[in-house]
Amino acid sequence: MRAPLSWLREYVDLPAGETGRDVQAKLIAAGLEVERVEQLGADIKGPLVVGKVLTIEELEGFRKPIRFCTVDVGDANGTGEPQEIVCGARNFSVGDKVVVVLPGAELPGGFAIAARKTYGRVSHGMICSGEELGMGDDGKGGIIVLSPEHEAGTDAIELLQLVDEVLDIAVTPDRGYCLSMRGIAREAATAYGLPLRDPALLDVPAPNGYGYPVQVADPTGCDRFTARTVTGLDPEARSPIWLQRRLQKAGMRPVSLAVDITNYVMLELGQPLHAYDRSRVDGTLGVRRALPGEKLTTLDGTKRVLDAEDLVITDNRGPIGLAGVMGGADTEIADHEAGQGTTEVVIEAAHFDPVVVARAARRHKLSSEASKRFERGVDPQAASAAAQRTVDLLVLLAGGTAEAGVTEVVAPSGPRTITLSADRPDRVAGVEYGRETVVRRLQEVGCDVYGQDELIVTVPSWRPDLTDPNDLAEEVIRLEGYENLPSTLPQPPAGRGLTPRQRLHRRVGRALAGAGYVEALNYPFIGEWALDHLGLEADDPRRTAVRLVNPLSDAEPLLRTTLLPGLFAALRRNDSRGEHDLALFETGLVFRPTGDELAPVRLPVDRRPTDEEIAALDAALPRQPRRAAVVLAGARERAGWWGQGRPSTWADAVEAGRAVAREAGVELIVRQDQQAPFHPGRCAALLAVVDGEEVLVGNAGELHPRVTKAFGLPERTCAMEIELDRLEQAGTGPVTAPHVSAFPVATQDVALVVDASVAAADVEAALRSGAGELLESLRLFDVFTGPQLGEGKKSLAYALRFRADDRTLTAEEASAARDAAVRAAVESTGAVLRG
Amino acid sequence: MSAPNKSYDPVEVEALKPQEIERMRDEALAAFAAAADLEALREAKAAHMGDRSPLALANREIGALPPQAKAEAGKRVGMARGAVNKALAARQTELEAERDARVLVEEAVDVTLPHDRVPAGARHPLTTLCERIEDVFVAMGYEVAEGPEVEAEWFNFDALNFEPDHPARAMQDTFFVEGKDKKQESGVVLRTHTSPVQVRSMLDREPPVYVVCPGRVYRTDELDATHTPVFHQVELLAIDEGLTMADLKGTIEHMVRSLFGEGLTTRLRPNYFPFTEPSAELDMECYVCRGESVGNPEKACRTCSSEGWIELGGCGMVNPRVLVAAGIDPEKYSGFAFGFGIERMLMFRHNVEDMRDMVEGDVRFTRPFGMEI
Repeated sequence: MRAPLSWLREYVDLPAGETGRDVQAKLIAAGLEVERVEQLGADIKGPLVVGKVLTIEELEGFRKPIRFCTVDVGDANGTGEPQEIVCGARNFSVGDKVVVVLPGAELPGGFAIAARKTYGRVSHGMICSGEELGMGDDGKGGIIVLSPEHEAGTDAIELLQLVDEVLDIAVTPDRGYCLSMRGIAREAATAYGLPLRDPALLDVPAPNGYGYPVQVADPTGCDRFTARTVTGLDPEARSPIWLQRRLQKAGMRPVSLAVDITNYVMLELGQPLHAYDRSRVDGTLGVRRALPGEKLTTLDGTKRVLDAEDLVITDNRGPIGLAGVMGGADTEIADHEAGQGTTEVVIEAAHFDPVVVARAARRHKLSSEASKRFERGVDPQAASAAAQRTVDLLVLLAGGTAEAGVTEVVAPSGPRTITLSADRPDRVAGVEYGRETVVRRLQEVGCDVYGQDELIVTVPSWRPDLTDPNDLAEEVIRLEGYENLPSTLPQPPAGRGLTPRQRLHRRVGRALAGAGYVEALNYPFIGEWALDHLGLEADDPRRTAVRLVNPLSDAEPLLRTTLLPGLFAALRRNDSRGEHDLALFETGLVFRPTGDELAPVRLPVDRRPTDEEIAALDAALPRQPRRAAVVLAGARERAGWWGQGRPSTWADAVEAGRAVAREAGVELIVRQDQQAPFHPGRCAALLAVVDGEEVLVGNAGELHPRVTKAFGLPERTCAMEIELDRLEQAGTGPVTAPHVSAFPVATQDVALVVDASVAAADVEAALRSGAGELLESLRLFDVFTGPQLGEGKKSLAYALRFRADDRTLTAEEASAARDAAVRAAVESTGAVLRG
Repeated sequence: MSAPNKSYDPVEVEALKPQEIERMRDEALAAFAAAADLEALREAKAAHMGDRSPLALANREIGALPPQAKAEAGKRVGMARGAVNKALAARQTELEAERDARVLVEEAVDVTLPHDRVPAGARHPLTTLCERIEDVFVAMGYEVAEGPEVEAEWFNFDALNFEPDHPARAMQDTFFVEGKDKKQESGVVLRTHTSPVQVRSMLDREPPVYVVCPGRVYRTDELDATHTPVFHQVELLAIDEGLTMADLKGTIEHMVRSLFGEGLTTRLRPNYFPFTEPSAELDMECYVCRGESVGNPEKACRTCSSEGWIELGGCGMVNPRVLVAAGIDPEKYSGFAFGFGIERMLMFRHNVEDMRDMVEGDVRFTRPFGMEI
């Protein structure tokens, strides 16, 4: 809502020197979000005067028609002689009154005016358009043509009210009444402690039986409908300057007198109005729900198919307006310029249900000035005053005659009261205001207040947002000043700190960053194409994804089922920007619907839902496990003065998985795997033991060459993804301290030849199981292939360390343990002890 | 050594004369002193202390002396040899020290060589800033609460007193999840704030409840320098007996001081949120200029645009309707809530100029933030 300061002053006697910034500060403190104060005309400098066009000479031979005019500007040019001006506009004739800016003046934007030669003549000034004067859109184009009564030479800066300040207020949804000058003036009056001249306090004739016939079939959708008629309107009558200027300053475009007046009254009182051309309305005005399939062409020229929930205004032929949203084109007020002008109007001032209007506006994607106000709540008591104000202005400005008939259809309703403990505002704020202050502040808001400790508060009709005791507490506290609230620190009960899960998430991030990975936080939006690029089979569960109704990009309507596509995009972005040795990680949620999610039931809000109801709601949500993932490309260790570098490999990816698992206290089991998007020969399954069972927790390895190509990644990019929630379940809990033996170690090395297809992990497991309790540690220190081993063979060399808790091992004991280990490996993996 | 000489002639044992012994000693001392390195010293030792050295030969002659002269000469030669030995040891130590020093000098390297073999990793500053804030509240006794990002509308809106057709609901620019039947609304959204976690926390716990809820949230804004459709919020919720707006203000002030410096104040401005009543916008005193830039063009402040205050977030007293929906007796308990965006805080705390920098995952942006913030 844009509120011109000059207009505001009409209702509140603000101190004379008070600037827009001052008022802004006061209103902000009172809770109105005044986003800025626009200074209109601050940079305009005269002389800018009314001129009367004396002669027009059409200049020929230019690319566009040009006029050389002489204009009477009175004494404004110092000589009284006609002013010679070249003008490119054509919407004026000899004798018209226009706005002339003279040399020496300055127009908005630092546009200095001087006599200058143009089109072969000297132009001593300019005939102005509204746009050049910063007046906003007048909807007409061309230069301003004033009505004839203005004297040549009159100062036009004042005449056109060019200098003003406009408060631009972002009205919050609870303050619908501030979508009017009346509401803003009320806040300003309270903020300054000044009386308000309420523009809605008008003498309104009592309703009678001979007004325009109205039938309301849906009193819940429309609890009030006032109809008035005005006849004998002069179709030539135009909106006066003050009216046009106020509309423009408030951000609306002047259209025609009747429409301008309804808009003006809406801005003034907050009541949306509609004026019908009486000659185009067929019989009784009705209010009902639309019938399925009914159609309506609204004022914006759109033909709409109505919904059975839509509330419509009808005449005998059917719908003529979408109630509270927009009128129909068929009964539109006709502008005199368009042909036959309107001479009789029916004025509608009605009150519609906020939810009905909100739904209709949303359904038809049609937000209007009217719907914006009805959605936020309009003062139902202001309808008849608004109708009266409209009638008055039509009589005054269009020469109309108000008909005596006054129709008012009102669904009975009582005033709303709220019971409020007098000390509630004190208890909410933590400040002792006292009953007297509370009562006074509530009265300033417009409430009637009775009672002592328990206050019975009747809220004003324009505040439908005031429904609960805390609403009233807020009114008191904001008027007493939020800035005056003290600070105190409550004492929560002693806490337990972070949960093990939260500590794990932090550790994982630190461990990966410590290992050289840089964290990226990627958007979770993906497209089918990403799943295709990953090479997922048609039945891969990762293809079952949450889909958005309104994605930002139609190319990415899904939520990620894996962290990898986001990391790939980040890797690629870095690579294209010239960073080639990259190690990135992300931890975050993936979204894994099963497809069996139920639609959630709409639960009540007037009680705690039962545990079953909450469970039903949760069952509507996809599984959202937390994962960690890495991608690597380029060098893991760079070349330098120390020697060669080392490219990142599948092994780094697997190690990243181990590093994450270690933070969860889990030792991963690694197995050969074949899984998209990985290289079929370089893919590891990462497993952990949960409740005695091996569970897949992730994958790691080198990406499939087709995947790197599809995503535009560097060759041999490697990746790892692991599910933290599963790792957490696999955690073994507190560590039991090992016994540290001080007896000497006995080291035995063995080299085993196995088929190339045998997994090192299996050989190791066999050695461990065979070595028995004396084995302290075992380490693979060499892998060797060569012709002397034979085709398809490899040699694995292990260092075994044996130690006893209670004695020095003899060479025989250590050898026996080693032999047992080797036997186990031979049995289970077909290994042969080498040389 | 030759056999004792029974018949001796003192004249023939020239070598045992005191002057001779002294000369031998002095020559040895001079030779050691002159030895420039351990090799030279080794040679000098052989020459002056070896089996064929003058002193060794002189020593051998002692046996030929008459008994009374034997003792005297023995003493003389012994003292000389002692002095020479001592000098040798001293010189030996000296030269070894010199040699060791020389070897270490030769082994010297350029320790300024870079060792960027594995480039350093880093955590995202949004993550670490979230954790910093969590830690402030955990230190006060709050718990950290988390919840799903794909959330039921009931948690995201209804329970928070967003009525189904209230304009406030449309203000949130919500991403809606498609239902199985595409024509039906699924009732599931991407959470627009972390407030649903507050509701879940109240349902999960008995009051008093003191929780801080960090997390990712979603709104349908296009990415530009100041907007991102995916961003981070931290919200806090306190439910207890007798909590007031003053408690809210004091709590946020404590956070602001912990993160930005002692003595900073906060300011509340009335606003509207469905889930709080009364509601407020909360500003913190600008930690850079502390208000000195206001009306003072010479001390213009970029951080607060010379306003003196930085907008932090929305807050208020938990609407009793929200308490009812979460099963908490609004007659007994009251509470406050506060929420703010982490991206914005990162921007003004660390002079991030473009929101996109936080989104793109460029390692050049993230690395300098390291592990903590």
